[in-house]
Amino acid sequence: MLAEITRQDTRAERTRAELAQQTQVGEALVRGLVRAQLALAVRMSLVVAIGLGGLPWLFAIAPSLGRTTIVGVNLPWLLLGVVSFPFLIGVGWAYVRLAERNEQDFTDLVQRPER
Amino acid sequence: MGNDFVVPAIVAVTLVTVGIGFYGLRLARTTSDFLVASRAISPTWNAAAIGGEYLSAASFLGIAGLVLKYGVDVLWYPVGFAAGYLALLLFVAAPLRRSGAFTLPDFCELRLGSRRLRILATAFVIFIGWLYLVPQLQGAGLTLATVAGSPYPLGALLVAAVVTANVALGGMRAITFVQAFQYWLKLTALAVPVIFLALQWQADGRPAVTPPDGPTFRAATTVVVEHRATLTLPDGDIREVRPGDELTFAAGDPVPAVSGVATDANDWLLPSAAGDDDRGLFATYSLILATFLGTMGLPHVLVRFYTNPDGAAARRTTLVVLALVGVFYLLPTLYGVLGRIYTPQLLLSGQTDAVVVLLPGAALGDGLVGRLLAALVAAGAFAAFLSTSSGLLTSVAGVISTDVLGRGSVRGFRLATVIAGGVPTVLALHVDGLDVSQVVGLAFAVAASSFCPLLVLGIWWRGLTDVGAAAGVVAGGGAAIGAVLVTVLGPPLSGWPATLIAQPAAWTVPLAFTVMVAVSMATRRRAPADIAATMLRLHTPEALRM
Repeated sequence: MLAEITRQDTRAERTRAELAQQTQVGEALVRGLVRAQLALAVRMSLVVAIGLGGLPWLFAIAPSLGRTTIVGVNLPWLLLGVVSFPFLIGVGWAYVRLAERNEQDFTDLVQRPER
Repeated sequence: MGNDFVVPAIVAVTLVTVGIGFYGLRLARTTSDFLVASRAISPTWNAAAIGGEYLSAASFLGIAGLVLKYGVDVLWYPVGFAAGYLALLLFVAAPLRRSGAFTLPDFCELRLGSRRLRILATAFVIFIGWLYLVPQLQGAGLTLATVAGSPYPLGALLVAAVVTANVALGGMRAITFVQAFQYWLKLTALAVPVIFLALQWQADGRPAVTPPDGPTFRAATTVVVEHRATLTLPDGDIREVRPGDELTFAAGDPVPAVSGVATDANDWLLPSAAGDDDRGLFATYSLILATFLGTMGLPHVLVRFYTNPDGAAARRTTLVVLALVGVFYLLPTLYGVLGRIYTPQLLLSGQTDAVVVLLPGAALGDGLVGRLLAALVAAGAFAAFLSTSSGLLTSVAGVISTDVLGRGSVRGFRLATVIAGGVPTVLALHVDGLDVSQVVGLAFAVAASSFCPLLVLGIWWRGLTDVGAAAGVVAGGGAAIGAVLVTVLGPPLSGWPATLIAQPAAWTVPLAFTVMVAVSMATRRRAPADIAATMLRLHTPEALRM
């Protein structure tokens, strides 16, 4: 930590101090980050809510879907028993990437010397 | 049963668990030693440990049993159990790790600075922990009774005693390696037999899972009924059976329709459709909500996040957990499906939760391979009981010793462990009629209606106050607890009240969120003064820490 701090130049130092002392600038930066992360999480959960949450409703209004078979397995069994897991993992993977990018943007903003 | 491999396999799993625990104890004697050591643990190891602790009797035995009994509608259990980790990842993982909270009561105090809220959270941790422990012990009793023919209470008491002693002596405390080992053991114990089962199914000429005339017995079978039920025989006769009744069937006889079980091929194979039952759709959505949002509120899940070095690692760990449990959950469904062919007698006896442990023997016969695989599955089941109950017991005993007994001493922790283990043991001996997964589903509903809103609003909304949080937890969590008590103790219900009580999350979760937000807004002045500093700490990357 110490080595890291000595490497920072003084302007970045000031921004970090602004964060710590909760000046208006620092406060606005944190609010922006929280808002970006929350918006990302909500968007991702909407993808899941529509992708998975729509299934019971879809099966209910279109019972013929339930009778459709692919390689001898009924579609609902295939979607719920197999496909849903890679789907969830894919959404999670995308979220981790995007959330880390948000944090990187925030870090760059705070540490950018010419600000 | 006469399988002489089963008991040695169970004993071996228990000894290895206890053994590694004690060996690890010598390596990590104090909490700080453990925390320092944990910083060196990679996300993969940590994730396997979380998965090992998470995959419980409900996952290992319960899902296959439910699939056997009810069919496609219950596939939402495994999907929800896995998706819970996605909700945890999206809304909780990184900020919770950055908060530095070790338990849920810690989080309440850190975020809202209220001692009284901490006590309320403690009460909920204890209730959810006990509710989740009961089906683990129940599963142990059932498994041992099935594979070794022992009386039901013996297995429950055995696991309770082993786990309580182990946790009380410190053997299981936070030993990542044991839990990671249990994950791989559980995965192997389901994955290897399933290969043999699939080959056997091929060799048998791929018998249909849902034959046009309903399920039939493949071999002459004698069924001893365990739960009261109404049977509809193929000739249309209706017969009441009671526990202890013996029914004999010849090979090729059709399986009678059993009340409360999806014996009919279409009920089992197809999702509940519109028009035929709105309540089915409501129950499905309620279950989805409980499992998606309940995982983040389970006491033994959150503790493990503290072992990540920082918020970004917590996120990566959660993603790996999601992948590991996702792979695992592909398997139990196959056992439920093959159980329709090879073990239809369980539909009559009511012991559908036993399908995973009975299937290898039933499909592969009493040869060496069949017996070895049956022993492997039994060992995996015991790994499930031991790891989940150890994690739960450690969490519950931890909050009892610090927040109820009020002393941090080792003696206090041991006393707390005995209390924490004793209550669910007594309960488990009295409720053997409930499906393992359904009791676990209720625990998820309580967690989703109490801790989920507390965590999500606490992490993302500056306006949350201590009074608002307490009101939301009492309203939503209290309603869910009421539903649990009515389900377990109350009279049998029918129609809409039965659905609303059996799957309460769809109304208790919105209730909790609404009350929490409304009361917080009404008590706006009580919002903590240091909220800006807290938000900074929860959400900014560690690299910027001042």
